[in-house]
Amino acid sequence: MAVPTIIGTETEFGISVKNAREQDLVAASTLVVNAYKSRNIPTIMWDYAQESPLMDARGFTVESDKPVSEDANNSVINDILINGGRYYVDHAHPEYCTPECTNALDLVKYEKAGELILELSRIAAEQLLLDNQEIIIYKNNTDYKGHSYGSHENYLMSRKLPFSDIVDGLTPFIVTRQIIAGSGKVGAENGADDTNFQISQRADFFEKEVGLSTMVERPLINTRDEPHADSKLYRRLHVIVGDSNMSEFSIYLKVGITSIVLHLIEKGVVGKQFSLQNPVAVIKSVSRDLSCKRKIALKDDRNWTAIEIQQAYLDLAHQHLTSEERTPVVEDVLAKWEFVLNGLKSDPMSLSQHLDWIIKKKLIDAYITRHEFKWTDARVRMLDLQYHDLRPEKGLYARLLKNGHVVRLLSQEEVVHAIQHPPSDTRAFFRGTCIRKFPNNIHSVSWNSIVFNGPTGFDKIMMERPHFGTQAIIGELLNTCTVDELVNQIRID
Amino acid sequence: MPREKQQEYRDHSTEENEEIQPNSEITDNVDDLTEDLDALLDEIDEILEEDSEEFVENFIQRGGQ
Repeated sequence: MAVPTIIGTETEFGISVKNAREQDLVAASTLVVNAYKSRNIPTIMWDYAQESPLMDARGFTVESDKPVSEDANNSVINDILINGGRYYVDHAHPEYCTPECTNALDLVKYEKAGELILELSRIAAEQLLLDNQEIIIYKNNTDYKGHSYGSHENYLMSRKLPFSDIVDGLTPFIVTRQIIAGSGKVGAENGADDTNFQISQRADFFEKEVGLSTMVERPLINTRDEPHADSKLYRRLHVIVGDSNMSEFSIYLKVGITSIVLHLIEKGVVGKQFSLQNPVAVIKSVSRDLSCKRKIALKDDRNWTAIEIQQAYLDLAHQHLTSEERTPVVEDVLAKWEFVLNGLKSDPMSLSQHLDWIIKKKLIDAYITRHEFKWTDARVRMLDLQYHDLRPEKGLYARLLKNGHVVRLLSQEEVVHAIQHPPSDTRAFFRGTCIRKFPNNIHSVSWNSIVFNGPTGFDKIMMERPHFGTQAIIGELLNTCTVDELVNQIRID
Repeated sequence: MPREKQQEYRDHSTEENEEIQPNSEITDNVDDLTEDLDALLDEIDEILEEDSEEFVENFIQRGGQ
């Protein structure tokens, strides 16, 4: 039943203009996205006709307005990237979506390429402001005043699997995953119990177990049923509980282990055996347990720690993944998953070069000790925020990386390469290559379609299978043909 | 590019798996933070946004997804 691994992430960035008379975040976001766009392709639009964010995976549709965009406005707020990703203004945030990737390592590379795209845009946009003004972009999830913005993960799954199986199998995993994937946060929000420091940026914002909303009463498991692919074969699981990560190691494990767990659910080996008594409370209590050793009540009255729950999923992966499923990246993810669980068991601070929340905690602890600050001091919150600052000279994570204090999985060259080149092994290859080769012949793009503007009218090419459109399948044709030949050839096939 | 990289990962992780040890490549490649923590804290003293209190107070975002 398992479908090919296809992963993508969407990141909404925080934005601020220093010394602005007033903060107009929509204008600032639009300025930043367009500053990059002006060096790219100005005319291609995003095709909203393919979107259905109000379709619920449990089988009903919500009545509301579909996303629409006037033509002129559309190309102002959307940029379709030659790496196959998307860069646009979402509400009052710049947002970057990676292209579709087949493995966790590629995903890290394309997410990091997105950070560089944001930084390049930020520098370009800043040239248009007054001398004393600065644009600052944060890859975090909160303003500490109850406003959260997301980091969403997307996983291709089989349509055959009942959605309730995903809810049952994934919930205990997803509320404890933060011990590996949390980004760390100073203080509490949204009425949750007060704390000096917690593991997750997002945990305080989750209020129900299952639901469609992503902006209010956020659910642990989001039911948006918008596969951006053949809806008879696939669903796209939209995971909204995660934090934005700076650490490559954290991003890699976050998407790597989640992808593995979803395969286990598809294989039917994870059911209700780990169901928790109160997952919405658990996500907040785990976030406040920096030892990771507090017991959590399962529905069957067993009491396990977050580490033990993660270990149980890892054990199932070792037992049930076939040799074909154990790709090199999957093998490596399993080894690193084991490594971090052992580290968390013995001493979480031993992972202060690997996992965001621990890297951040160690830094803040040391700074507080040096200056004898209280946890409530504004400078402590500033440290937290500045950890996520994308500027290489100002960002604290960026400084740690530059000075060799945190692990990296990729070279800078690989990340830079990913700005300009799509993954070769998904439909992002077709999308990105067409945008690079035929920018003037494309009217609009969506995740699963390209509309070509041909001599006789519009030709819409659908890409309903995300693992097709690869270099192996269509690379040669794309290399040799004109746009008309390409469209004709695909029409014949 | 990705294929070569993945091959490296396979070789590496297979070795690690047999002995179930922490990934030595990862830990060896990184300086111990505690050794030059002081230098780092000096650096932070220099780059931490001035007027932190005002800055943090004025950092207000619109809720997103």
